Amino acid sequence: MSLALQTFSTVKDANAALRAAGTRYLGGGTLVVRAANEGDVSVSSLVRVTDPGLSRIAVSSGKARLGASVTMAAIARHPELAALAPAARAIGGPAIRNMATVGGNLFAPAPYGDFAVALLALDATVVTEDGETPIEAFLAGRDTSRAIVTGVGFALPMAKSFRFLKVSRVKPKGVSVLSIAALLELAADDTVASARIALGCMADRPIRATAAEKALLGCTLTPREIAPALAAAPQGTAPITDPIASAWYRAEVLPVHLGRLLLS
Amino acid sequence: MAKVPVQFTLNGSEKAEFIESGTTLLNALRDKIGDTSPKGGCHQGTCGACSVIIDGELRLSCLTLAETCNGADIKTTAGLAEGGVLHPLQRAFLDAFATQCGFCTPGMIMAAKVLLDRTPNPSRDDVVEALSGNICRCTGYEPIIQAVLTAARANSQNAA
Repeated sequence: MSLALQTFSTVKDANAALRAAGTRYLGGGTLVVRAANEGDVSVSSLVRVTDPGLSRIAVSSGKARLGASVTMAAIARHPELAALAPAARAIGGPAIRNMATVGGNLFAPAPYGDFAVALLALDATVVTEDGETPIEAFLAGRDTSRAIVTGVGFALPMAKSFRFLKVSRVKPKGVSVLSIAALLELAADDTVASARIALGCMADRPIRATAAEKALLGCTLTPREIAPALAAAPQGTAPITDPIASAWYRAEVLPVHLGRLLLS
Repeated sequence: MAKVPVQFTLNGSEKAEFIESGTTLLNALRDKIGDTSPKGGCHQGTCGACSVIIDGELRLSCLTLAETCNGADIKTTAGLAEGGVLHPLQRAFLDAFATQCGFCTPGMIMAAKVLLDRTPNPSRDDVVEALSGNICRCTGYEPIIQAVLTAARANSQNAA
């Protein structure tokens, strides 16, 4: 392997170096070193940034800001990020969680990127030196995005309003068949006042289940009332086919697992 | 390709080497330093055979570039035995027949060591979770889980 690693103390300098052809950003290494190990010759040079601010977690006034280098392990053990702990713990085994970062997860192709599914449901913003981008727009344009992600920000969900489910065949840990994150607000009469549902593995990157979101509005979370939302869930999806599951299988089981999540 | 210096502590000994930029820690340990206890299985972060402990945290040496470990404290299974006496985890793996082909064993032991360092009396679920990133194709896992629980009991008896 011949990879040249350049280390910078600031994101600005690293962004300039990242413009060179064949250069990729090195976060935790679980994507880019893996690609190089696999023989991806398009990666010839890596840049990394040692700015400790990229590893900072800030929580105040109901808002959270996670530096791009914050690891899944750091999220899982942070007392004020308990709502996100199930999503962070769903990533890999302990060693991967000590390495995999928030920033990297935004770029992880399906069937990976389960944490980005959670961030999509939370309507996070993605921060770069160019400013802040809503996560949905960021994910849509991530293949051509060149600016280093410095962090993500989101409003911390109220207790019980955020739900996350990762389905895998291998227990206790395995690659996703699919993952679902849902942010639900219930009105005083227990009907759904707002719903934001994100899906992993149902396209090449996390996507929203907008048809199911609309169908849930005004429903109580009972099997009968959520049935139309479950039937609508596969609309607009383009599931991946990989050794874990076929696209057909993922589309078939999505309503089952969404139902379990909503009724849990 | 220009060579770059790396310097870290490996199992209590200072190590300094010149390596090619972009060399993984796994390759630096095995090919340059001669510690072959971490194994190269998948090189994809899936099997856990290359697991080492860096500054107290379990990491995969196949996905870690050696240059990023300057100044780090690295521990591998090769450094566990003291004066010819096996570490309780190594002893328990032998006694429980938790090793068959042995390829996954160093990674399993590193993962188990981090667990026992932080959680001296783990539950079975704790052990399963701690080993969830390490794949074994021989044992069916049960002897490994039992070995870690046995080592934990041996540790707590020694401490009492």
